[in-house]
Amino acid sequence: MSESIPEAILDKISKTTSQLKPQTESQAVSELPLPSYLEQSDAVAKRFEKLKRREVILEVKGLNKQFDTPQGAVVALKDIHFKTHRREFVCVIGPSGCGKSTLIRTLAGLESPSSGEVLLDGKPVFEPGPDRGMVFQGYTLFPWLTIKRNVMFGIEMQGASRATAESEALQWIDLVGLNDFINAYPHQLSGGMKQRVAIARALANKPRILLMDEPFGALDAQTRSKMQANLLEIWRNIDITILFITHDLDEAIYLADRILVLKAHPGEVNELIEVSVPRPRSAQQSISPEFLATKLRLEELIHPKDDDEDALPLQMVRMSEVGDDVEAVE
Amino acid sequence: MSGIMSGAKSTGVKSTGNTPITTTSSRSNSAPWFVVRKALSARRATMLTAASFLLPLLIWSIVSYVPFIWHPKIEVVEPGSVSWFKPGMLVDRSVFSEQQALSREANTAQPEGFRANPVYLPAPHKVATAFFTSFTTEPKRRSEQWLHESLWHSITIIFWGFTLSSLIGVPIGILCGTYTAVAKINEPFIEFFRYLPAPAFGALAVAILGIHDGPKIAIIFIGTFFQQVLIVSNTTRKLDIALLEAALTLGAKKIQLLFRVVVPGILPDLYRDQRILLGWAWTYLIVAELIGTSSGITWFITQQARYKNFDNVFAAIIMIGMIGLLIDFLLGRLAKHLFPWEKSQGGI
Ligand SMILES: Nc1ncnc2c1ncn2[C@@H]1O[C@H](COP(=O)(O)OP(=O)(O)O)[C@@H](O)[C@H]1O
Ligand SMILES: [Mg+2]
Repeated sequence: MSESIPEAILDKISKTTSQLKPQTESQAVSELPLPSYLEQSDAVAKRFEKLKRREVILEVKGLNKQFDTPQGAVVALKDIHFKTHRREFVCVIGPSGCGKSTLIRTLAGLESPSSGEVLLDGKPVFEPGPDRGMVFQGYTLFPWLTIKRNVMFGIEMQGASRATAESEALQWIDLVGLNDFINAYPHQLSGGMKQRVAIARALANKPRILLMDEPFGALDAQTRSKMQANLLEIWRNIDITILFITHDLDEAIYLADRILVLKAHPGEVNELIEVSVPRPRSAQQSISPEFLATKLRLEELIHPKDDDEDALPLQMVRMSEVGDDVEAVE
Repeated sequence: MSGIMSGAKSTGVKSTGNTPITTTSSRSNSAPWFVVRKALSARRATMLTAASFLLPLLIWSIVSYVPFIWHPKIEVVEPGSVSWFKPGMLVDRSVFSEQQALSREANTAQPEGFRANPVYLPAPHKVATAFFTSFTTEPKRRSEQWLHESLWHSITIIFWGFTLSSLIGVPIGILCGTYTAVAKINEPFIEFFRYLPAPAFGALAVAILGIHDGPKIAIIFIGTFFQQVLIVSNTTRKLDIALLEAALTLGAKKIQLLFRVVVPGILPDLYRDQRILLGWAWTYLIVAELIGTSSGITWFITQQARYKNFDNVFAAIIMIGMIGLLIDFLLGRLAKHLFPWEKSQGGI
């Protein structure tokens, strides 16, 4: 299918993937003869059918969250409904401040909802627990524990003996490929390695669902794409459901089965998109028509053309010598 | 606008053209001394540490050994005709020259002497000598203590006062920092109480605890405890809440949260607080030892001051400083082994 797109246009897209120019990019993309983002190949449609037959792990019903601040009430979440099936990979995406963190913290039990409920395996949750693992954007490894002891922490909290906890922890550390660092302290690791430990630590409790709040947001682009691939690999091999928050559109499309798009003020569900990009996923798919169609749709939802505050024109004055043009060929 | 721009342009061109290429060696020599929050080279750091002790010593030496600097007194060598002068006596320079003038007019033997500092400023070498002789000088009376016994007594007072305060103050501080309810019931009263000067409780402490070590330990305790609770609770509150949330999502319950996250999480900061508080405990020592029967290093200092042996007084004061510095240095060293996950431990 991708052969039908003219070479020159493909070139143009890859050059304008910079986040700085969302408008130009979406204009460029919209000139293409793309399929609808709703269009699914048979294989993808079959996968979704199978997915939806799986039992529901997490159900959010009429969730509202309001913060009472001295400046008045802030409605962070308004009437959120969705279901997540077993072994599904859901991404939540939305502009910053739309309530993504509030949503995931409420699911984790770190915030209590103003109204509505969160059901895990049909049972309402009220407080944090080991059945919902969480990976935060900031590195929350315990600085006083070695990598091994960090991963053992949750297992020990469940009442397991030191020995059991240790042998299980070593398996999880092996899974994330950090065997050589079991006795290192967190401050000795790079950001990517810290997040791998955080994933191992959360998975060691064998949670029903793994909640991840922009876990790769602070990593450089290269580390980030490696971590995304690693995460998919882990997800393929373990019975785990993942709810992943991001503000990176490519990340969401690359990882997710379905994408929950939120809009801001108040945080409401805008659309729940089924990603039509077939699995297994690879980085090359980022120029496939399905990928581009989905991305185009996400951009329309997240950066509506009429209210983009960041697109105000710059007041440019030339401050360099005439003729000293950085973009000129001569 | 264009004028400003062209000006900026020309200076820009000039500076790039004239910037000399610095070699590595010349750069390290000319590296600036004052850069905000930047570590110094090891050589400079050692140099400054030495200077921080040598500079005061230098000033002290100049004032002591250079005769025309300060030296407001005259030490009489030869009384001459002045009946009330005695050899070794220190008199003000104005008084001395007055007497000298009088005896010159009367044509009697003139007094002689040399410029000297007051008795309360002994020269460094005298203090250095006293540093050793004070340990070997037998006490004047049988009932009195040797200097090393006095010092040891002071250290035990500090130890018990600080240990008792820590045994109660640290747990209360941690609980205040962890549970708002505990903080609300404790902190307002403690805030009030810490402004009451500890020495004011001296008489009360003697009435309750007798005249020996009891009231002294109590003063150290009162001086330390209330600050300790507030400082420890603040330190506890500064623990990153994200660590507690992470522990909660890993299934930690109340007690586990306290002992497996809060306590180890604040340990390095708590240790640092304790080092600072121990310094405060030392400052209360002098007051504490004056209460009831005077004892310890304070007794030695007041006794020697009474005999005007100010070289001994200075030696004793410096000893207290050195003991404090040594303990802090050892604690700092120990911290490196206790908290291997801390990137840097403060201190000297
Ligand atoms: N503890 C809080 N108190 C008051 N307002 C809050 C609190 N936490 C979040 N908010 C508000 O709720 C909204 C959503 O925040 P958040 O969930 O952090 O957004 P996101 O993670 O999508 O950037 C924001 O307007 C924020 O100011
Ligand atoms: Mg957020």
